[in-house]
Amino acid sequence: MENLPWIFISALLVNNFVLTYFLGLCPFLGVSNSLETSARLGLATTFVMLVTAVCAWILNTYVLVHAPYLRLICFIVVIASTVQFIEMLIKKLSPALFRAMGIFLPLITTNCAILGLAIFATNRGYGFWEGIVYALGAGIGFTLALVLLAGLREESELSNIPKLIKGTAMNLIIAGILSMAFMGFAGLFSTT
Amino acid sequence: MKKNQSQEEFIKGVWRDNPVFVQVLGMCPMLAVTNSAVNAIAMGMATFFVLVGSSFLVSTFRHVIPKQVRISCFIIIIATFVTIADYTLLALVPAVHKELGAFIPLIVANCLILGRQEAFASKHPTKLAVLDAMGMASGFLLALLSLGAIREILGDGALFGVKLFGENFEPWVIMILPPGGFLTLGVILLFFNWFKFKKDEFLEDVAAAERSEG
Repeated sequence: MENLPWIFISALLVNNFVLTYFLGLCPFLGVSNSLETSARLGLATTFVMLVTAVCAWILNTYVLVHAPYLRLICFIVVIASTVQFIEMLIKKLSPALFRAMGIFLPLITTNCAILGLAIFATNRGYGFWEGIVYALGAGIGFTLALVLLAGLREESELSNIPKLIKGTAMNLIIAGILSMAFMGFAGLFSTT
Repeated sequence: MKKNQSQEEFIKGVWRDNPVFVQVLGMCPMLAVTNSAVNAIAMGMATFFVLVGSSFLVSTFRHVIPKQVRISCFIIIIATFVTIADYTLLALVPAVHKELGAFIPLIVANCLILGRQEAFASKHPTKLAVLDAMGMASGFLLALLSLGAIREILGDGALFGVKLFGENFEPWVIMILPPGGFLTLGVILLFFNWFKFKKDEFLEDVAAAERSEG
């Protein structure tokens, strides 16, 4: 239990999903053009990650011990149906929230950060609480990276940038510099 | 004519519509595993196998799969092939498998593969679909290999594990760490932009010259 804070900080900063593992790059590069949408997408993803962590734990404990080779197929089917289910649930319970999340909810299915979370948590043998804390850290880390890039991109819209570098090339180079900055966190836990 | 079309389907994936450099798809595995040329090749081969296999199945059964649940069907087909690739790599090259780790199962979430099934394989006959998949996968392999080679040469002073430079070479370690991936791909995309920019400029010049002549 005492390593829960460590798992959280590690997923949040040291091993940030986007900037260190390159997971969830499609939404990272695709929708990070405004601060508001990226914050929303980040929160939706965090929520799905939490649910996925619980599902992955249940699957690992009760089903996949008998058939480990079905792991991947099980995970992907469970994630796809969970997202669908959450979508219907939110639509019924809170139409306002549903409208706010819009297209992002279904898109989360194809976000590799979700599947990556389930696989990493399994490979490391995380238990129930560890899995949840890991999902929380990863989700907030994802949101953080998304919001940082969106802020920088909004700023860059106003400045005079050579036509040649505009677009994905510039975003990737910004992401590279952000990733370098996040490397600074690597020493955070070396002594413990 | 027919032969030309099949050739066309193959070549467009390798160069004109290169999945990584032009369409910017499949980024996640792309950046994560290209810290050495060997890893890049293993990843490229695994993706090649999955893409060609699932394109073959999807286009063969394209009339059988109901429209409403097609995405789920595609995903299950892809996941099956990825599982096969995962276990094959584990049996044949355990060291590489260990290095690639969780990124082999993550081929499932590679938008390039699902994108090809949705955009091409589910609408075209088997032969064309397989050719298209082979072209796209070769383009992906090429992109992975060039990125992996650049990063390994700069970050480690080696290619395929063979040292290229003398003792005095100071490795540029950042290139094999995560930021290097972003930076290298950014610079390559920049080069592609420049290429396109020059081409457009050239075409405009030609058009202007033609106008002034006419």
